[in-house]
Amino acid sequence: MKTLLNTTLSAMAAMVISFNANASGAGVHLEAANTDITDQASLQRGARSFMNNCSGCHSIELMRYNRIAKDLNISDADMANNLMFNAEKTGSLIFSSMPEDGAKEWFGTTPPDLSLTGRARGTNWIYTYLKGFYADETRPYGVNNHVLENASMPDILWKSKQDKSEKEFNQEVRDITNFLDYVSEPVKLIRVEIGFKVLGFLFILFILSYLLKQEYWKDVKYGKWRAKD
Amino acid sequence: MDNNKNWIDQRFPLTKVWNEHLAEYYTPRNFNFWYFFGSLAMLVLVIQILTGIFLAMHFKPDAALAFASVEYIMRDVDWGWLIRYIHSTGASAFFIVIYLHMYRAMLYGSYKAPRELIWILGMVLYIALMAEAFMGYVLPWGQMSYWGAKVIINLFGSFPIVGELILEFILGDFAVGDPVLNRFFSLHVIAIPLILVILVFMHIVALHTVGSNNPDGVEIKKNKDANGIPKDGIPFHPYYSVKDIMGVVVFLMIFSAIVFFAPALGGYFLEAPNFVEANPLKTPDHIAPLWYLTPFYSVLRAIPPMFGSQLPGVLAMFAALLILVALPWLDRSKVKSIRYRSWPYKVALGIFVVSFIVLGWLGMQAVTPLYSLMAQIFTALYFAFFILMPWFTSIGKTKPVPERTTEH
Repeated sequence: MKTLLNTTLSAMAAMVISFNANASGAGVHLEAANTDITDQASLQRGARSFMNNCSGCHSIELMRYNRIAKDLNISDADMANNLMFNAEKTGSLIFSSMPEDGAKEWFGTTPPDLSLTGRARGTNWIYTYLKGFYADETRPYGVNNHVLENASMPDILWKSKQDKSEKEFNQEVRDITNFLDYVSEPVKLIRVEIGFKVLGFLFILFILSYLLKQEYWKDVKYGKWRAKD
Repeated sequence: MDNNKNWIDQRFPLTKVWNEHLAEYYTPRNFNFWYFFGSLAMLVLVIQILTGIFLAMHFKPDAALAFASVEYIMRDVDWGWLIRYIHSTGASAFFIVIYLHMYRAMLYGSYKAPRELIWILGMVLYIALMAEAFMGYVLPWGQMSYWGAKVIINLFGSFPIVGELILEFILGDFAVGDPVLNRFFSLHVIAIPLILVILVFMHIVALHTVGSNNPDGVEIKKNKDANGIPKDGIPFHPYYSVKDIMGVVVFLMIFSAIVFFAPALGGYFLEAPNFVEANPLKTPDHIAPLWYLTPFYSVLRAIPPMFGSQLPGVLAMFAALLILVALPWLDRSKVKSIRYRSWPYKVALGIFVVSFIVLGWLGMQAVTPLYSLMAQIFTALYFAFFILMPWFTSIGKTKPVPERTTEH
């Protein structure tokens, strides 16, 4: 009986073998982004880099400025003065400043909203993509990308790549990636901590429920409901 | 207090129902691990209904708004993220619990006489649950919602002559769009949950009429004491109610671990492409339903189109599902429990479990020639289990079944 149970359970467990369903970069090797969502400084730097480099063209329209301010410990005033280029109120959603028909004319396509890219593509994809630009004269902006072939996007971080050391540049890309990961699921900042508390509570409840069961089942083993004849 | 009870009992059979179904419902004393999943399935149903009520307060069943409204729940609604994750994890948990519950019935022959009707009601519940889960998966209106819906709904178009008509009837349009989302919302939040609740009620009434089976497959009602109480029976309440509470807590620990630490569970519970809004002009590289539907999806893909029609695959898929209903009559064994069954049944059940899991895994993969061949082989094994069952359950030597339940 025990072996039967074990084989069945291990067979079920085999169904849940871990594989990264996020790896959608078909065939391209993705570098590990090694982001850390608990690193608040990295998220703050990422927010700054994103607003300076990306928000001109890309919206994160499922996100609000003041949510970022609150979550990343940035004051509303700092947010409004330094990171909001495109909105009046800190409660607004984060739209890009680029008009849609202009985008079509300049890039051939509308730059996608990046609110959920962290979940749809995964952090490794974003990290490798941002680092994956190479010179290609056949493309309108002179660059192509290893991860997303014929991407319409110019290599917006080229200046950083030129001026910074490789380590510093990698860190900047990692910060942006980390920020986008946070943006794709803001609650990721708190859910793990809440999870430990919930599990702690349930563990105590388990001990109590186990003792309660043992107490009642004494009747079945030794008392009123003991097997007769 | 007693007066109050009388007042109610004169007008509603409260004490009678309490006794018949809990305090004096005699349950076999030897239930093991596998017997937790019935009560857990009811727990998950309640969880889904409660979280669903709150999700429906904030969700917009409109093709232009649905996707963003789900993210609005995730970001702007107080504790909305938790309610949404509980609901999405609950969907998969429901199937895990139900599959284990069904497997329990197969281990101990719980579907055999006199419990055939419990099994059939359970099968109808299972099919209704699949419909409920499928429609619920369409609602967030992501890429997989859209394209999954398109693939599954189009299956109905493969029926000859009436196919087109059925398709239009389901779609309310000529393609998957706003009408589908709207009507699936309606079916998902009211029609099917209502059916599920009524069927669960009937499933339990039928169970309590004949009494529970047990790991020994012994009918405890055959051995009663002077008071007419089965000698191997114990009242459901408090003994199994306290035991089930313990099971509930263990279940909630695993459930919470997923909700809080890995709500997408590596793409199994929430698929990455579904975080991209539905786009009718952009087909995803790879379309796969969620894991609980993939064994049947594999069967569908295993059967090649014939005469330019997908119909044979569609029929095979429905047959794979419906053949389970015939289980009580395909099984000719004299004994119920696997403990006393002959070896051919044990081997066959093992092959069946492996086939089901492999088909499930294959259903998530992109088609390659090797995988197609594997899907065909395991589809054949899946059907062989049922077709050959009358034969392999009647050969081999069974062990003698004890008169009374055994202690383990």
